[in-house]
Amino acid sequence: MGGTTKEGKDFVPKILAFSTNNISDPGIDLAGSSHMHYPPSVMVISMPCTSGIKPGWILHAVEKGFDGVFIAADGEECAYLPDCSERASRIVKEAQDLLKQKGYEPERLKMSAICSVCAGPFTSQIKDYYETLKKLGPARKG
Amino acid sequence: MSDRRIGVYICHCGGNISDYVDVEAVRQAVEVEPGVVVAKTAMFTCSDATQQEMIEDIREQNLDGLVVASCSPKLHLFTFREVAKRAGLNPYRYTQVNVREQCSWTHTDDRAGATEKAVRLVRAGVARTALTEPLEPIVIDTVPKVLVVGAGIAGLRAAIGLADLGISVLLAEKSAAPGGWVAGFNKMYPHDRTGRLLIKQLVDKVKRRENITLFTDAELVAKSGSIGNFQVKIRVNGQKTEEISTNVGSIIVATGFDGYHPRDGEYGYGIDGVVTLPEYKEILDNAGDKMLFNGKEIKNVVYIYCVGSRQQTGENPHRYCSRYCCNAGVHAAVESAEKDPQVNQYHLFRDMRTYGKFELLYGRAREKGSVFLKFDDNEPPVVEKGPDGRLKVTVKDLLTYGEQVEIPADVVVLVTGMMPRENSALVDILKLPVGRDGFFNEIHPKLRPVETVVDGVFICGACQGPKNSAESVASALAAVTQSASILKKGFVELEPLIAVIDPKKCKLCDVCSKSCPYSAIEQEHYQGKTVARVNEAVCKGCGGCAPLCPDNAIDLKGYTDAQMESMIDAMLKEIG
Repeated sequence: MGGTTKEGKDFVPKILAFSTNNISDPGIDLAGSSHMHYPPSVMVISMPCTSGIKPGWILHAVEKGFDGVFIAADGEECAYLPDCSERASRIVKEAQDLLKQKGYEPERLKMSAICSVCAGPFTSQIKDYYETLKKLGPARKG
Repeated sequence: MSDRRIGVYICHCGGNISDYVDVEAVRQAVEVEPGVVVAKTAMFTCSDATQQEMIEDIREQNLDGLVVASCSPKLHLFTFREVAKRAGLNPYRYTQVNVREQCSWTHTDDRAGATEKAVRLVRAGVARTALTEPLEPIVIDTVPKVLVVGAGIAGLRAAIGLADLGISVLLAEKSAAPGGWVAGFNKMYPHDRTGRLLIKQLVDKVKRRENITLFTDAELVAKSGSIGNFQVKIRVNGQKTEEISTNVGSIIVATGFDGYHPRDGEYGYGIDGVVTLPEYKEILDNAGDKMLFNGKEIKNVVYIYCVGSRQQTGENPHRYCSRYCCNAGVHAAVESAEKDPQVNQYHLFRDMRTYGKFELLYGRAREKGSVFLKFDDNEPPVVEKGPDGRLKVTVKDLLTYGEQVEIPADVVVLVTGMMPRENSALVDILKLPVGRDGFFNEIHPKLRPVETVVDGVFICGACQGPKNSAESVASALAAVTQSASILKKGFVELEPLIAVIDPKKCKLCDVCSKSCPYSAIEQEHYQGKTVARVNEAVCKGCGGCAPLCPDNAIDLKGYTDAQMESMIDAMLKEIG
């Protein structure tokens, strides 16, 4: 992860992933238990529910040096809130608006539903996102 | 500089971590973090010896925060919270950092990358811990009484189980008599005892127990309060309607299922002689020496399976398997063959699922002459009335390479599945979580199978999903155990990681209270103004209200703005 802020070939995007304690975090754990690989510049913070993520945290992460934020959402499986998906979409929209206001690309934030056994889907999605960010370059230019 | 005194322990996990992460390098990197006074590695942090060492360090070094970097919190969060507690440290000043499932095991190909990531993750754990505050579990006294909703086989058995543990039961049944579906069943597999008798025995036991009160024609109309002490209102519709209000410590929902009712024309339903399995069982139960339909002897029976189950198309399809029907179908065939050994029986199936011990029943049906033909879901059997007035079923049999078979039938039995029962009033009153299939949802399908997200509200039996009577009773007794584990102790401790509203910032716009499906947000007076307040016994700690507050007055304890931002900063700090 040496050249994290450098542009070009050596650029290693840092990704902050938000997971949830009961749904997506077990899915991400399962990727590890199955020894599936994804880049070590992906770091996970687990929450009770996707709907509790504040858009301000996402902006903070990007401003401070993460190149992308990936929300591994509860989706329809959320045990707390029947409208969790709608709430999460709203959070994503608000956070993307915040990012745009500060001159960051909305692609700095991505959300996908990850279930408690979605080890494969998580791994492949986070790898794809890593490649997307690699093309996009570092969040903080210059 | 931080004035915190935090201890950090990094686990080798016997090589599971240390084979892929340089744990000593991680230790050295975090040792110098502000607030860290102890930084150690251990072969197994969860071992008794290391737990004891942590306790000694906490006491001797007067630690006020604990971080263990090891496996997933799903495994040992509570282990180390207990360690903290035993050492006299508030357990909510503990943070578990997952450097196994989410680091060493997933970066087995990149030791340098994994080590660097581990440093970042542990730093974030230290940063979070530095901002923890001591929290006390929310303690609520419990009422030693349970409301059981539904007096079918699950509800009856649950009531008896609770009563025998010394817990009072209020058993409320919506219909005029207890017993549910099973009360209408004749002989049941494997003991040939009738459903009627089973229910009669259970009802007798209920009546003999003084601490069970059974109400029929009764329904739950209101609920308030929370786990340990709910206030419930039951409406009993007798000759005159009366309402009973009482307090209970927990609620068990055992409201069962509805049978699938085929659409007109579905596999010929509506044609004389095309019946559902429950309708056929009635014919069978009422038969004397001979099975008759419309006065005519039944000689040929065709069963069609998966009716109303495993649907792929249509509006709100029932995608699930109803579990009981293959067994019930072959059981009906065995019974029919016992009544009339000459009867011809044809079973048209998509897949036979006579799991476990029911396989023997399937074998018996075949021995007694039942013929099984497999059809393709895309080419279902066609049921018609022939010119001779007889039923004719046409099916392409996959087991004989798609040969078209025509079977004359006296009755066609549609082996119908289970459906979630329409219960929207109850769902609304109890805030029951309903799954995509329409059945009620548990918290965790394997590890917490009868608990719901509503603390103190349990589900069991077929309201949760298709189950046979044995499975329903098993889950009912699981709900008994879970209820008793709360109520026998006399109090419950709830996680204090709930939402908190800053009264200084709150402008009482009501956005949060409208957004909370659990009605956890109340009002209080604060320095001459009315503000929103979180009812700590009701809040589930999802945090869903927090991002909605236009004044950012809401934090979720354990996940506060300060904690999240300091974790993010710590993850990004340069690696020296």
